[in-house]
Amino acid sequence: MDLLNAIVALANYVLVPGIAYGSQLALGALGVTLVYGILRFSNFAHGDTMALGAMSAVLITWGFQAIGLHLWALPTALLALPFAIVFTIALLLGTDRLVYRFYREKKAKPVIFVIVSLGVTFIYNGITRFIIGSDDKNFLDGERFIISARTFKKMTGLEEGLAIKTTQGLTVITAIIVVALLFWFLNKTRSGKSMRAYSDNEDLALLSGINPERVVMITWIIVACLATTAGVLYGLDKSYKPFTYFQLLLPIFASAIVGGLGNPVGAIAGGFVIAFSEVTITYAWKKVLGYLMPAGFEPDSLVQLMSTDYKFAVSFVILLIVLLFKPTGLFKGQSV
Amino acid sequence: MNETLRNTGLFAIVAALIIYTGFAQSWNAALLIISMGLISSIMALGVNLQWGFAGLFNVGIMGFVALGGLATVLIGMPPTLGGWSAGGWGVTAALLMGAITIFAAAIIAKRMRKGWLRMVTITGILVAGFMLFRAVLDPAVEAIEALNPAQTGYLGGLGLPVILAWPVGGLFAAGAAWIIGKTALGLRSDYLAIATLGIAEIIIAVLKNEDWLSRGVKNVIGIPRPVPYEIDLQNDPGFMERAAGLGFDPVEASTLWVKVLYVLLFAGVLLILLWLSQRALHSPWGRMLRAIRDNETAAEAMGKDVTARHLQVFILGSAICGIAGAMMTTLDGQLTPGSYQPLRFTFLIWVMVIVGGSGNNLGAVLGGFLMWYLWVMVEPMGLWLMNLVTMGMSDGYWLKDHLIESAAHMRLMTMGAVLLLVLRFSPRGLIPEK
Repeated sequence: MDLLNAIVALANYVLVPGIAYGSQLALGALGVTLVYGILRFSNFAHGDTMALGAMSAVLITWGFQAIGLHLWALPTALLALPFAIVFTIALLLGTDRLVYRFYREKKAKPVIFVIVSLGVTFIYNGITRFIIGSDDKNFLDGERFIISARTFKKMTGLEEGLAIKTTQGLTVITAIIVVALLFWFLNKTRSGKSMRAYSDNEDLALLSGINPERVVMITWIIVACLATTAGVLYGLDKSYKPFTYFQLLLPIFASAIVGGLGNPVGAIAGGFVIAFSEVTITYAWKKVLGYLMPAGFEPDSLVQLMSTDYKFAVSFVILLIVLLFKPTGLFKGQSV
Repeated sequence: MNETLRNTGLFAIVAALIIYTGFAQSWNAALLIISMGLISSIMALGVNLQWGFAGLFNVGIMGFVALGGLATVLIGMPPTLGGWSAGGWGVTAALLMGAITIFAAAIIAKRMRKGWLRMVTITGILVAGFMLFRAVLDPAVEAIEALNPAQTGYLGGLGLPVILAWPVGGLFAAGAAWIIGKTALGLRSDYLAIATLGIAEIIIAVLKNEDWLSRGVKNVIGIPRPVPYEIDLQNDPGFMERAAGLGFDPVEASTLWVKVLYVLLFAGVLLILLWLSQRALHSPWGRMLRAIRDNETAAEAMGKDVTARHLQVFILGSAICGIAGAMMTTLDGQLTPGSYQPLRFTFLIWVMVIVGGSGNNLGAVLGGFLMWYLWVMVEPMGLWLMNLVTMGMSDGYWLKDHLIESAAHMRLMTMGAVLLLVLRFSPRGLIPEK
């Protein structure tokens, strides 16, 4: 019984939140890695693209809620998502046209792109705050739990409850669908193949008649889909606050680099590595150990390796270790 | 137009703007802009060393500035009574143990042969070291934080003259830069950017959460000053006589005099650093750095150690940011970890360097003054603009309230737009590199 309780407690506090957070990071890291693979720079504006995309979803959701449109048990935000994606696509293509294309034509150094993307970050951030303000915004509705702790306890008769939030279930399912679609696109369609060819060897791809501007456009469209989805899922699961997305940049970059920049499979793996390290290191293990240890040996302290305020430090340390020992990442990424 | 004339003209314009503020608002405001402009110029000099000389992209300026701020607390504040006996030695021992653990792991990693045995040994050392570290650290921290938490609750500093904190702040920043540079330099240029972004977030997190060190979000206030207090001046008959002789109001005279002293101190530091930077720029070392920046492969082929030079200049530039950070906290007289925002302390400095002219020290100084002036002025200008836009709307209309409230966020957009426009249309900045 104690073992079961321990497993349930572990699932409730570590596995379920870890999987949901990992999926969100994976979606974010996929966007970063795609930009890196095709446009060859680290896009610092990705976090704020997520924020701006999610903001449009929040506004559209409020609109739907106001006219009484809803999705029964599911959050209305899902209904708003496609519209938000269209908005983000327009935003990213516009930004590319106005900002990035100039430097692409000039064949500027990658570091110039990074600086430019930092400028874009602050403009996006400014727009987001200008329109929606910098406070917490709530746009979640529908059923809160797939299974609540109380129902679970009643069902199983265990002491520990297992709660799965609707948003957590939704995150995982959406992430699986999006990733499946992405890999189908990259591996099976002509455009996807041209993207991979361009990422592997630019000159060879140009020689075989691939239009680079088209590849770049498709990339931004996919990145917009990924960023908006990730932003909305994160906002639904935690809460929507513009500043948190800037702070998400570090774990997202860490995920992409741990997996190997430019490698989509690596980005997903990296997302889960970072998410689980963060959750396990900042989780207080007292409860789980209390069930597992023989009577009399239960720990007195919280058995928390690090306080949750240092969750950035976890992704940072993992990033440093990877950079020190395997700079191309766990899965082989692009050049060092 | 000849170059010297042009540059003098640009500096004269900035000076005129500040003098205008002096007449239009108050001389106190103008002097404050000058002292912050001096500090900003020093930060810009540091970043210019990294970016303009060597092409290194540092997104963690905020962290190095904050470390300088921490130095003022650790040097300038008086030690808390009983703090060291309560837990100070415990904390020191714990930190030493942590350092020994990492050192031991590093030695094992170097000496042992590759394989699973090495992995197990290193992991074992790290885990055991961490447990020991926490076991010693936790009770010590608790004891320190229990000491009169409303007033102190931290170790305090050494009680030394606060000016000493400026070089120490530089040393702190240099230490952090060494760790980052060792890992991230020599890899792709983007990795340095991401690593510095991370270290800045972590330094701020440490300052916010480690109450025993910096009082966290409770802030440290009343850091001793290198200049006299206004109230002492007002009680000094000699000073009052001189002020009256010049026809000043006693209160205004004392506030102005204090600010003038700060300006002189800061200007002294800026001139020294500017002179050193100019010497560095024209030395063989500076030429080598620019050669590396312009063509790494060629420089490497000529036998230059690119990574070592990058590490050197990265540490030097960060140290300058640390010095400036310590000066800024001295000027504020308080350390408020909550006030460190990436926009203000990383991004604004970048805009200064790029607008002023990357690679040119005078450009960095000009950019520092000009952008600081704009930074101070953008908010009232934004408010003014919003009031103009919403003039036709009735009071209490939601759009009017929203727009006026949002004027505070105008800074983000303005600074982003300035950076993008300058990079696009005048990438060499106001005073271009020669």
